[in-house]
Amino acid sequence: MADVAEISGPQTAIEPRGARPRHAFSRRNIFIYGTLILVAVYYLIPLYVMVVTSLKGMPEVRLGNIFSPPMEITFEPWVKAWSSACTGLNCDGLSRGFWNSVRITVPSVILSIAIASVNGYALANWRFKGADIFFTVLIVGAFIPYQVMIYPIVILLREIGIYGSLSGLVLVHAIFGMPIMTLLFRNYFAAVPEELFKAARVDGAGFWAIYLKIMLPMSLPIFVVAIILQTTGIWNDFLFGVVYTRPDTYPMTVQLNNIVNSVQGVKEYNVNMAATILTGLVPLIVYFVSGRLFVRGIAAGAVKG
Amino acid sequence: MTSVSIKDLSLEFGAVSVLKDLNLDVGDGEFLVLLGPSGCGKSTLLNCIAGLLDITDGQIFIKGKNVTWEEPKDRGIGMVFQSYALYPQMSVRGNLTFGLKNAGVPRDEIARRIERAANILQIEPLLDRRPGQLSGGQRQRVAIGRALVRDVDVFLFDEPLSNLDAKLRSELRVEIKRLHQQLANTMIYVTHDQIEALTLADRIAVMKGGLIQQLDEPLTIYNRPRNLFVASFIGSPAMNFIKGEITGTNGSPVFRAGDLTISLAGYETQQSLAPGHCVILGFRPEHITISDVPGPAGRSCEAVVDLDEPMGADSLVWLKVAGKAISVRVDSGRRYQPGEKVFLIFNPAMASLFDVATENRI
Repeated sequence: MADVAEISGPQTAIEPRGARPRHAFSRRNIFIYGTLILVAVYYLIPLYVMVVTSLKGMPEVRLGNIFSPPMEITFEPWVKAWSSACTGLNCDGLSRGFWNSVRITVPSVILSIAIASVNGYALANWRFKGADIFFTVLIVGAFIPYQVMIYPIVILLREIGIYGSLSGLVLVHAIFGMPIMTLLFRNYFAAVPEELFKAARVDGAGFWAIYLKIMLPMSLPIFVVAIILQTTGIWNDFLFGVVYTRPDTYPMTVQLNNIVNSVQGVKEYNVNMAATILTGLVPLIVYFVSGRLFVRGIAAGAVKG
Repeated sequence: MTSVSIKDLSLEFGAVSVLKDLNLDVGDGEFLVLLGPSGCGKSTLLNCIAGLLDITDGQIFIKGKNVTWEEPKDRGIGMVFQSYALYPQMSVRGNLTFGLKNAGVPRDEIARRIERAANILQIEPLLDRRPGQLSGGQRQRVAIGRALVRDVDVFLFDEPLSNLDAKLRSELRVEIKRLHQQLANTMIYVTHDQIEALTLADRIAVMKGGLIQQLDEPLTIYNRPRNLFVASFIGSPAMNFIKGEITGTNGSPVFRAGDLTISLAGYETQQSLAPGHCVILGFRPEHITISDVPGPAGRSCEAVVDLDEPMGADSLVWLKVAGKAISVRVDSGRRYQPGEKVFLIFNPAMASLFDVATENRI
């Protein structure tokens, strides 16, 4: 009723013409923006607490006012988390884990996407004999719980002599990324008009020429999506990291756990918070940077002829 | 000399038979149109000729060479697709040169061919643009250019004009016909548009259900359709059909349907028109004339105007004759009012008679 009165009240005197007037504080807007702000605050409060706590010194943390801003800003906890926090025997902070994670993530992402995109292309565009069976097997692979395969893979890696090394973990990540990545690429390539593929065949392009010169340049959006998924997934991985590496090759997530869950000494909440933010920084940056690229890619794809 | 020759071609997808024992010979420099409703196998046949589909049985010869197992690039064909299928990330020049680079053609030869194709199709100003920056007509011209630079014997067109609007379609149709006259290559052209088929073709193959129903020159197909399907598929507005039977003696057969009788004297046929034979009589709307006075006995009847559809150059008049609806194409000079009584005059020489059971022409 209030809505009706609001619209019809003052306007009845004027002849309606042109764009309908919009009210910034209509009930609808208050409801929509109110809900959005509420949800955003709910999500951001933990992050706020983490940032604020990581900037406090230990005496201030002990006061227990977790929501209050730091009275005296200090970056000491961040420096400690990065370079001198103790994890087990090593006392050189998260920096070691960070570089381990980089050395794990970069080759894993490149390897898994390179293989999966070719897989997806072959499955979508070259209907070879048994393609459907192959695809089904691959998809079933996505549904098998990881826990079932952990021990057999330990034995497998030990037998080929790369158990505990970074290359072993890279291989594991590349294999486990395969089902979902292949599905992603297959579906994307299946949506590329078939006539384009036929035209390229008439033009004498073979399997690799069509992939490299026709399909690849058209697929920036899906590569961005795959890179986001794989980078964040592999960076955040804990289970494979803890199982397939040794203490000196632990990825950042495992090191973070070791810092936060250490039982000796005082619980340094500020250092823990700083370490956690540092570990989460890479996926965060990936989202911010590639999110924009992603939208650009989608837009570029939408106007294709 | 035949350019493309197809022998006993069969294609099955699992249990579904798409093409059945198909035989087709296309002469050198001929413009052949494959015409039919969607799902009749015409595009499939074209894809088989191009080598984009593996056939189940039979052989395909191009220029006398058995290409049944050859890759598309080795068959000496160029193909133009309905959706243009231009490579979106390459310039027009890149699109034209892609196939030549794959084939390892020397650079000066590539430049020469591009220049020639661009000149013929008048796309020189577009060479450095991307396909996304071109209009539909320009894109299709580039797609034709891509087939042209390959310097091939046979051009395959897969509904190339179906994505264009009506005006562009008729413009490009003329250009394709001119291109054929200029190049004198063999062209095989798939379409479901009968106007394209009639205007472009040296011969039309009308297809249905994976079989060629009739393979003839356009006017023969139009005037002497071999069966009921061809008769009803070709022609717009469609042919009038009246179901009835033959009466009268052998010397002067007469068609009768209820109260309507039409003399068939002058109808050309090899078969005898035996009395009692159940037939379907077909007349194209332009082969019936409307008159204010009765025509010659046995070829004329009374009719009542039902509807008048002016179409510009001519009008389509719908009439009721002995309870049946008949359409007649007349000059648009005169408008007919519903309920008006007129006389129709039939010309048996232009009629088509079909057997009710076999649906074949008698």
